[in-house]
Amino acid sequence: MDITLDLVLQQAVTGLALGAVYVLVAVGLSLIFGLLTVVNFAHGAFFMVGAYAGIATHEYTGSFLAAGVAAVVVSALIGAFSERVLVRPLYGRGIDYPLLLTFGISYVLVDAARILFGRQGLSIDLPEALQGGIDLGFGYFPLYRMLLVAGTLVLLALLWLGIERTRWGLIIRAGARDPLILRVLGVDVSRVWLAIFAFGAGLAGLAGILAAPLRGATPEMGDGVLVSAFVVTVVGGMGSLAGAVVAGFGLGVAVSLTTLFAPAFSDLAMFVFMAIVLLVRPNGLFGRAGLLS
Amino acid sequence: MSVAQTVPAPTGLLARRFGPVGSLALALVFLAVLPLVLPYTSLAGTVLVMGLFAAGYNLVFGYAGILSLGHAAMFGGGAYTTGLLMLKLGLSWPLAVVAGAVAGALVGIVFAALALRTRGIYFAMVTLALGQCGYQLAITFADVTGGDNGLRGFVAAPIEIGGLVLDPAQPMVRYYLMFGFAAVALAGLARVLVSPFGMVLRAMRENLPRARACGLDVRGAKALALALSGLVCGLAGSLYAIHLSTVPVDTLGYHLSGQAVMMTLLGGMGTFFGPLLGAALFVGAEHLVSDVTEYWQTVVGILFIGFVLFCPKGVWGTFEGARQP
Amino acid sequence: MITETRSGPDRRRLLAGGTALLASAFAGRLSAQGAEPIKVGYIVPLTGAYGADATIQVKGAEVAIARFNEEGGLAGRMAQLLVRDDKLNPGEASTRAQELIERENVALIAGCFGAPMLAVNAVTRQRGVLYNPVGASDAIVSASDWSATTFHEGPTPFMLAGALARYVVPTLGGSKRVALLVSDYVYGHEMVRGFVPVATSLGAEIVGEVRHPLGATDYSSYFPRLLAMKPDLLVVMSFGRDQQITFKQATEFGVKRQMRIAAPQLVHTARIIDGHSHYEGIVGGTGYYWGIENEIPSAKAFNDRFRRMHGGQNPSDYAAVGFASVMAPLIAMRNAGTTETKAVVAALKALRYDLYKGPQHYRACDQQAVQSILIITSKPPKEASVKDDIFKVLAVEQGSEDRLASCAALGHKT
Repeated sequence: MDITLDLVLQQAVTGLALGAVYVLVAVGLSLIFGLLTVVNFAHGAFFMVGAYAGIATHEYTGSFLAAGVAAVVVSALIGAFSERVLVRPLYGRGIDYPLLLTFGISYVLVDAARILFGRQGLSIDLPEALQGGIDLGFGYFPLYRMLLVAGTLVLLALLWLGIERTRWGLIIRAGARDPLILRVLGVDVSRVWLAIFAFGAGLAGLAGILAAPLRGATPEMGDGVLVSAFVVTVVGGMGSLAGAVVAGFGLGVAVSLTTLFAPAFSDLAMFVFMAIVLLVRPNGLFGRAGLLS
Repeated sequence: MSVAQTVPAPTGLLARRFGPVGSLALALVFLAVLPLVLPYTSLAGTVLVMGLFAAGYNLVFGYAGILSLGHAAMFGGGAYTTGLLMLKLGLSWPLAVVAGAVAGALVGIVFAALALRTRGIYFAMVTLALGQCGYQLAITFADVTGGDNGLRGFVAAPIEIGGLVLDPAQPMVRYYLMFGFAAVALAGLARVLVSPFGMVLRAMRENLPRARACGLDVRGAKALALALSGLVCGLAGSLYAIHLSTVPVDTLGYHLSGQAVMMTLLGGMGTFFGPLLGAALFVGAEHLVSDVTEYWQTVVGILFIGFVLFCPKGVWGTFEGARQP
Repeated sequence: MITETRSGPDRRRLLAGGTALLASAFAGRLSAQGAEPIKVGYIVPLTGAYGADATIQVKGAEVAIARFNEEGGLAGRMAQLLVRDDKLNPGEASTRAQELIERENVALIAGCFGAPMLAVNAVTRQRGVLYNPVGASDAIVSASDWSATTFHEGPTPFMLAGALARYVVPTLGGSKRVALLVSDYVYGHEMVRGFVPVATSLGAEIVGEVRHPLGATDYSSYFPRLLAMKPDLLVVMSFGRDQQITFKQATEFGVKRQMRIAAPQLVHTARIIDGHSHYEGIVGGTGYYWGIENEIPSAKAFNDRFRRMHGGQNPSDYAAVGFASVMAPLIAMRNAGTTETKAVVAALKALRYDLYKGPQHYRACDQQAVQSILIITSKPPKEASVKDDIFKVLAVEQGSEDRLASCAALGHKT
């Protein structure tokens, strides 16, 4: 069959929507890694928690706004709890231990979802207003996915403003560079870390509820997302927000275009892409040298 | 044992409370009695295979201090090589197992060639990617590998050793045949760890810049560690193929790579006996807890959390540490 | 090694007992008296993506055990179900199968589906243990994997996809352009091989085949291509979550406005979760739907028993085939008067049974259960009699050996 320009454009736009979810998950992952040097294997579980909390709230309230808020709040709270009680004792012990610990957390959270909501998963439908699609000139595209991309961009803009223009952002930037300085300056670093962990988890939860209408919710839904988000984070450079954004959208488009030209390899595309980037730039696109080496 | 004669006692990486001979003997006794104490032989077989896998992984992770998330490629590479050689060429299974181990080493060399440019978490991710490539290849070339259904149809025929006919179809016979291979590999591993090369690895783990400054060929040592690790992990995979009479494509999956990390940490990284114990705990917990409750993941998850928080050196690491003067 | 014992309990008392619980209590007492229970190993993926199907499948197997025991077992020997979770991991399944054989000395292993199915087969084949899995697979009945003790209770992809093609292609009208969206693994490819020859022989034109990786979560990137092919029918060759997400996103992309959608295998649990709107208008195949009970007495009998044992719930496709995978071998054991594998195999080959959906038997060359295939479509909630009344049966293709892949094509000597 012919591959037309329209088709390539459509695939590219589709890839952006795909990338939006990657970005939301990867930004949190990257923040947590950049500041806490924790490779958070529970991040996929936070994504799942968001989807479940949101759907359950929607069942009771019928409100999508409430579902979104619940997704963020619940996953942020669980994230905060995990950081405060479980992860905190491990700071300064290298990356292996937090990795194993967060893996344990994800096991428990996934099973908790099974116990509370059953193995078969949950489903949520889009509100009427968000169903349907729009004609982009080169093809039809679902409205919700457009909003997903737009919403992610707005959120990223706010995040950027927050980091560049607020006191908190200043602390975060300083903390990423040298936590010791912060402590010397009298900033309570542990509170910053708690907030970052909760924020990252909340973002993952938001991504979860936003993705739920497209793919439903299952206890294991975080697995694949986690791997993709890791790839995004690593390609972008661990700890780099800009990297996560560029790599997230970039990989979304790359995967989407691979499905056009070599569909069977779209799974592999992401990993091959990552391997190539890392072989050329061993610290990712925007990564700093020396991190964890 | 020859290991003891060639090496002065407390110098190498084995030099903990148990010394090189003690550690090796402990490991072999442990594996030898396993099928007698576990509720069924096939569980012991899985523990042996996973223990050997973790022991091979430990060489890279525990001793050389490199986090790899792609070791399933070596394990699965060994398993598929063994299965394919038996199925397509009709090779006898002991030869196919040896070939599988060699294949594992080759995968290790490929990893070294491609991934050692990167370090730390980036190395981990490149190895993860390389591992996934292996998985995808097996899925894509389903005509050869059986795809997601796994490789089937090879049978380990009885072998004759000195007039004694040993049939791998018998669970106990098969276990101790596998044990024979594992014992050789573990003895070899112990020998490597007390060699000068073992010292280089330790120096790298303790202080990489200093090791480099001392003129040690760090990259060469890492590459050698990966190749040797691949040899042992490939052997483990080969034995797994014999153990299951089939090669599941999951032997190449990243979950298995993750499991290697878990087992090693659980038992105690950088200890000789730790990975074997970790494998026994991991496999045992998964099997036995899932017999009792369908929510075994909660129990296993809490177990992990507990270990990391309260027993970070792993079971054996903590035990040895406590006994060390 | 099987000793006939006459020390069984009062048969009438057993018949009076209505539940599996009671029956297994008897089984326990029996073994104390020296009559070994007949152990049935049941390996299913309780953990993982198909947990819901596996769970209800176990309920079906429990019905088989209860029925067998109520009917007096095998001359007083009661059956006992040993459920093992393979976690959808072939290695685990294989270890479990070895455990069931070594430690429990099971007379039968049943249940399995998904990738573990063939891993377990490698074990049962080597050990000569009776095996009757349910998963949709053509490989399991092909000569390279087949063994004398391997039977296959579930329908194969060849049967499901063929039945769908025979139903759906003639309904397409003048233009018969068909596009395929295929999950890129063995199951998907087997579905294609079952569908395409039948469809083309009926005049369909296959305008394109798009493959996606197994377990993909976003199908949006496939739809532009599929839409550009301008097919009249899209056949979704995937299973479980892949299929569910495909349907959801097809609705979202407005695919249904431009073409019809069909799938060789529609699963009950998935339709219950996702609801009618995503399944509306989609035609698919299945081995069983409980709604056929008005036409088929054995279906009614099975449904009644299932509902009685499981709080009024209706059995799903997996519950039914899971039931038959245990029930048929147990009946064969009773017919053979022993659990000795060779005799049971002979009895199974000779068995003509009607357990839940009409007459069935195992074909001689590959021991595949010859059975009917139902063509179904989603039923709107307002037409449903009860909550789990989710499908309408559009057609029933009666079981016949010529609907199966030919023995020669599967590599069997005829």
